[in-house]
Amino acid sequence: MDKIRPKAADALDSVHNGASIAIGGFGQSGVPLDLIDALCDRDVRGLHIIANNGGRGLPGERGIGRLLAENRVSRFSCSFPVNPAFFERYFSGEVEIELVPQGTLAERLRAGGSGIGGFYTPTAAGTVLADGGFVVRYGKNGEPEKTLAQKERRVIDGRTYVLESPLRPDFALVKAHRADRYGNLRFRLGARNFNPLAAMAAKTTIAQADQIAAALDPDDIHLPGPFVDRVVATELEPAR
Amino acid sequence: MTTITAPTGLSRAELARRVAGDLVDGWCVNVGIGAPLQLPAQATPGKEILYHCEHGLLGVGPAPDGEPDPDVTDAGKNPVTLLDGAASFDSSTSFAIARGGRLDLCVLGGLQVSERGDLANWLVPGGNPGVGGAMDLAAGARRVWVMMDHLDKRGNPKLRKECTFPLTGAGVVDRVYTNLAVFEFVDGVLTLRECAPGITPEQLGPLTEATFQIDLWNQGESE
Repeated sequence: MDKIRPKAADALDSVHNGASIAIGGFGQSGVPLDLIDALCDRDVRGLHIIANNGGRGLPGERGIGRLLAENRVSRFSCSFPVNPAFFERYFSGEVEIELVPQGTLAERLRAGGSGIGGFYTPTAAGTVLADGGFVVRYGKNGEPEKTLAQKERRVIDGRTYVLESPLRPDFALVKAHRADRYGNLRFRLGARNFNPLAAMAAKTTIAQADQIAAALDPDDIHLPGPFVDRVVATELEPAR
Repeated sequence: MTTITAPTGLSRAELARRVAGDLVDGWCVNVGIGAPLQLPAQATPGKEILYHCEHGLLGVGPAPDGEPDPDVTDAGKNPVTLLDGAASFDSSTSFAIARGGRLDLCVLGGLQVSERGDLANWLVPGGNPGVGGAMDLAAGARRVWVMMDHLDKRGNPKLRKECTFPLTGAGVVDRVYTNLAVFEFVDGVLTLRECAPGITPEQLGPLTEATFQIDLWNQGESE
């Protein structure tokens, strides 16, 4: 068993147009930049990207901002997109948004990766992100074309909860600090964030790692190898 | 037509010190984007506060003096430091801390707070939507305090009868700290607890659309 691939391009060879892809990272921390660059180089389009943030919209930006700038995304599930270039495409009807509260996004990935068919959460109860009405997609004329439907509600111990569905994307791209050939991963500080959850959720998970060891110590592993299919070494960032 | 000239009240830094003064030793406190991010820099002698950052850090301190670590940031992606007792974990565990009732407090910024304790803090209608963790924190933390200017940029009261912006959570707010005053919801009733130095309750009336009762704290009574 050896999950190490020499190049990011080899590890991504099965990613196709229209794929759903969960990507780890929070802000600039823990984003698998090399894998995203290799994805852009494959020239895939119409992607459903699942990631917390949408980059910043800066010229020459790497990461999710690059995917959005190159118009490769048709649907974006996120909590805090920020990027002005993304909003331009959202308001002109070129890309659909699924705005998900951050904790619910994390839990939907965790549920997808854990074989859980859904869960009830109090988060968003009584708001347009659960009661419906939030604009998912605008038409070319600038008018709302598709709005969020009301989510199923249930009162548990006197409190209103909202039913949320698991996320089970085709692929995940994640960034680890250390990895071994078995696919075991260890993350670094705040860079862990969504990475192990995205890795768990996907049908095929590709990790980039700053360091590759022969074998990680069993007690130092944050995510065990069965959740990871392919590992590539980080290209540009020096190991810390 | 008369124009109301609003008093300035506390600066942002003074407001952060005021809120920090009411934190209780040992509390686990989430700080949201905006004004609350100043709290970890307001170390209060004799109190250990564990500051929680929603993506997966606990025990953060102020910005570093030296080289920042790109993997040690607050919720606003600004560099911070890790103090003794700090922990890192994934975002699902992080929100389990919130929804599971382990956060003694979250301090959030606010666009509007209604007299029933509804909070709107994520979307100005027509603007760019981005919710982050605000809804999870508002629903999960044991206490929710809002830190905001008393008036918006156009001079409109942010404490309102009803929120006109989309809600973050309904009936979730416990206290509101503004540059002019401190309010607390007491048995669901918005209550003026404290005025900023030089501010009187009479001045607050025309600057506050929400109906409130007055029951001021005595010196040092807030916790």
